[in-house]
Amino acid sequence: MAVKQYPVIWLQGAGCTGCSVSVLNAVSPRIQNLLLDEVVPGHQLSLMFHATIMGGQGEPVIKVLKDTAKDRKGGYILVVEGAIPTGEGGAYGSIGERDGKHLTIQQSVEELGKNALLTIALGTCAAYGGIPAAEPNPTLCKGVATVFNEKGIGTVVVNIPGCPPHPEWFTGTVSVILFSGAEALDLDNLGRPKLFYGQLIHENCPRRAAFDKGKFAEKLGDPGCLYKLGCKGHYTNADCPLRQWNNGVSWCIKAGSPCLGCVEPEFPDGTSPLYEKITFEELKCARK
Amino acid sequence: MRKKIKIDPITRIEGHLAVEAVIDDGVVKDAKTAGTLFRGFEIILRGRDPRDANRLTQRICGVCPTAHATASAFCIDEAFGLAGKIPDNGKLIRALIFGANFLQSHILHFYHLAALDYVDAVGTVGDLAPFVPRYEGDYRVTGKANAELVNHYIKALDIRRKCQEMLSIFGGKMPHNVAIVPGGVTEGPTEDKITNFLWRLNEIRDFINNTYIPDVIAVAKAYSDYFEIGKGCRRLLSYGGFDLPSGKLFKAGVVSPDLKSEVFAKENITEDLKHSWYADSDSGKNPAQGQTQPELKKEKAYSFLKSPRYKGDVCEVGPLARMVSNYVQGDAKVKELVDSLLGQLGAGVDALFSVLGRHAARALEAKLVADSMVDWLEALKPGEPIIVESKIPEQGEGAGLTEAPRGAVGHWMTVKDRKIDRYQVITPTAWNASPRDDKNQPGAVEQAILGTKVGDIDNPCELVRIVRAFDPCLACSVHLLSAKADKLGVFRVV
Repeated sequence: MAVKQYPVIWLQGAGCTGCSVSVLNAVSPRIQNLLLDEVVPGHQLSLMFHATIMGGQGEPVIKVLKDTAKDRKGGYILVVEGAIPTGEGGAYGSIGERDGKHLTIQQSVEELGKNALLTIALGTCAAYGGIPAAEPNPTLCKGVATVFNEKGIGTVVVNIPGCPPHPEWFTGTVSVILFSGAEALDLDNLGRPKLFYGQLIHENCPRRAAFDKGKFAEKLGDPGCLYKLGCKGHYTNADCPLRQWNNGVSWCIKAGSPCLGCVEPEFPDGTSPLYEKITFEELKCARK
Repeated sequence: MRKKIKIDPITRIEGHLAVEAVIDDGVVKDAKTAGTLFRGFEIILRGRDPRDANRLTQRICGVCPTAHATASAFCIDEAFGLAGKIPDNGKLIRALIFGANFLQSHILHFYHLAALDYVDAVGTVGDLAPFVPRYEGDYRVTGKANAELVNHYIKALDIRRKCQEMLSIFGGKMPHNVAIVPGGVTEGPTEDKITNFLWRLNEIRDFINNTYIPDVIAVAKAYSDYFEIGKGCRRLLSYGGFDLPSGKLFKAGVVSPDLKSEVFAKENITEDLKHSWYADSDSGKNPAQGQTQPELKKEKAYSFLKSPRYKGDVCEVGPLARMVSNYVQGDAKVKELVDSLLGQLGAGVDALFSVLGRHAARALEAKLVADSMVDWLEALKPGEPIIVESKIPEQGEGAGLTEAPRGAVGHWMTVKDRKIDRYQVITPTAWNASPRDDKNQPGAVEQAILGTKVGDIDNPCELVRIVRAFDPCLACSVHLLSAKADKLGVFRVV
C-alpha cells in the first residue's frame, strides 16, 4: 500500500520556540516517530521546513517554501507557531530573505496559508496573539485566523492554544486529520478541537473537593483550592488535570500553582494579574 | 576576489538573528550580526503586577525559560525585600529545576542544533526532509562511527525529553515551569519525589558521561582544525549562577584575554544603541536606568539587539566563559574536568577559545551541573519551608543576575505604586550577538567570524559552525556581502 505523505511547513513567528520544544516532549508517538515513521499506518508527515530542526539554511530552505507551495498546492499542512507581527508592514519580524528582501512573517504566513490543506495555529500566540499581542501590543501582533479573515484567506484554521500547548493536543489533532480527515475535527467556537478543550480544568481538578468544602489556600505553598490565589481553572477549557504534563509527571495545579488560563484568548491580559482572583463575570466584561 | 554570498535564515538556533559578512579572497573582512524579531517584552511588562513578570518573562524563550524564571525571581526577591530570606529548600529546588533545564538545553544544543554540521545524517537515514537540503562537502565521520552518532542524535531526543520530565517533578510542567516564584517555590520535596528525581538524573548522567562527552571528543578529533577557528574577543564574563545555601556553583568574574580574573560588579554594565533600532537618547545607560523605545528609521542601525558592554569592553558569555572563569579562579572540580579533557585532546587552555572549545566547555559543564545536582537533592529537607510570604511593596528596585545555559542573563525592575514601572532584560545572546557599539567595536560573534577562511563560498559551513557554537538564542540569518556591495541595505526594515 502506498504511504500517503503530508508535507508540513512549520513557521515560527513572534514566539519563543516553546511550542516546538513542547512537541519535542511528545511521548507516544515520540518526535522521532513524527519525523521518520508512519504516524498512522499508511499516513506519514514530512517535515519540509522547521527552522529549529532542519539540516539546511539560507536560500535553499527558502526555496523549499516556494516549491512546496507550488508542487503540493492544497496538499500540505501549515503549522504556525508564534503571533504575526503586522505593525510597520510586518517589519518587526522576518523568517529569512528572498530575492534580496526580507521575507516577513506576515507575508510568509499569508502566502503559504492560501494554498494549504489546512493551517494549525499552534500555541496561544498563533491562535489568538498571546503575550506578544498583550497591551500595548507594540508590534501589532495578531493570531493566524484574524490575519486570514482580514485578507480573505479561506483556509481552515485549527487552533491548538496553550502556552505552550500539550504535545498530545498537537499529535492528537494530527491523528484525527490522518485517520479521519480534517473535516472530522470537531471544533468549539474558538476554533479548538473539543477532544482536548471540551471540559473545564475545574471539572476535573484534584483540588475540586477542597473547593466544594470551602478549603482555600491563603498563600502559595498551602494545600487547598487555589481559587483565591488567582486560579483561572473555573473558566479555562483544557484537559490538563486528566492528561497531566511531561509524560504524566505533573501539571500546574499539582505543583501548587494556580492555572494561568493560558489556553484562553484572554491570556495574558484578561487573566492578569495572574495571582489575583478574577471572576468569570469580570473576564466576560474584559471580553467585550 | 570579492564575492557576494547570502545565507538567510541560518536555522537550528533559537529565535531570529541575521549575520552579514563582507568576504574578500576567501577571508571574512567584515561581519554584522542582527536580531530580526522584536516583540517588546519590556514595553508589555510596564504597568503590570510585578509578580507576573516571573511568569511572563519565561516566555521570552521556550528553550531556556527557567533562566528567565530564575533571573526574574531574584529580581523580584530583591525588589520585595526577600533576598536573603529564601529557605534552603527553596534555593535548592529552584536550582534543581534550573539544572534540569540546563541539561536538556546543552544536550539539545549539541545533538539537535549543532551536530548536523558535523554528522552526516543523510548518509544514514537517506535524502529525507528535514535533513535535506543542507550544505554539502565537509562531513568527515563515515561508516559505522557516523551511524553511531546518528543513533545518538535519536537517543538524545529521548534524553532531553527525560530532562524535561525530571524537571516537572518540582517544576509542574515544561516548557514554562510554574513552581519558581518570588520568595521560593510552590512545590515541596518529599522522599518519593527526591528518589524519583535522582534515578531520572542518574540515567541522564550516564548519557552525559558515556555518550555526550565521548561524542564531543570524537567530533573534536575529526575536526581538530576547529580548535583554531572562531577565537572571538577572548574577554569573558560570568555573572555567577546556581545560588545554593553553600554559595554559587558558577563563580562570577571577568576574565581578560591574558586570563586574569577581575571581580564582577553589575554597575559596570552599559548598553549602547547606536547600531540598534532604538532611540539613541537611551544609549550608554546601565540597565537599571535603561529604556526600550523602538526607532526603525535609524540609518546606522542594523539589529533589534542592543550592545551590552562591560566597562566599555565586548565580552563573550556562555559555558566557555563560566568554565574558564572558574578555572582561572582555581575551582578544583572545574580544573580537574578541563585539564583531563585537554590532556585527552593534547591541547592547551588556549584551544578552548574556538568552535570546538565552546562545545567541549558545554559538555563538561553538563557533567559538572548533573553531578552537583545529586548533592543538591541530598541536601533537601522534606517538611521544611519552601517559600516565604511576600507582599508587593509600594515601590522598590531589584536586579536578578544569573547564568542561562547560553550565558549571563540579567533582569532589572523598578516598582512604583505596586506596579512595574520599568523592566529591562539583557539576554546572553545580546552579549554574544550584539551589533557594533557606539565606539564601533564589533560584538563577540562578529569578532569570532572576522578573519575566518571560507573554503567554499557556496557552502560556507565554517561560518554557521562558528555561529552555532555560541548557541545563540534567536533564529538566525547570515549575510555575506561583497566588499563592493553598495549597502548592507537588505536588513533595513523601513
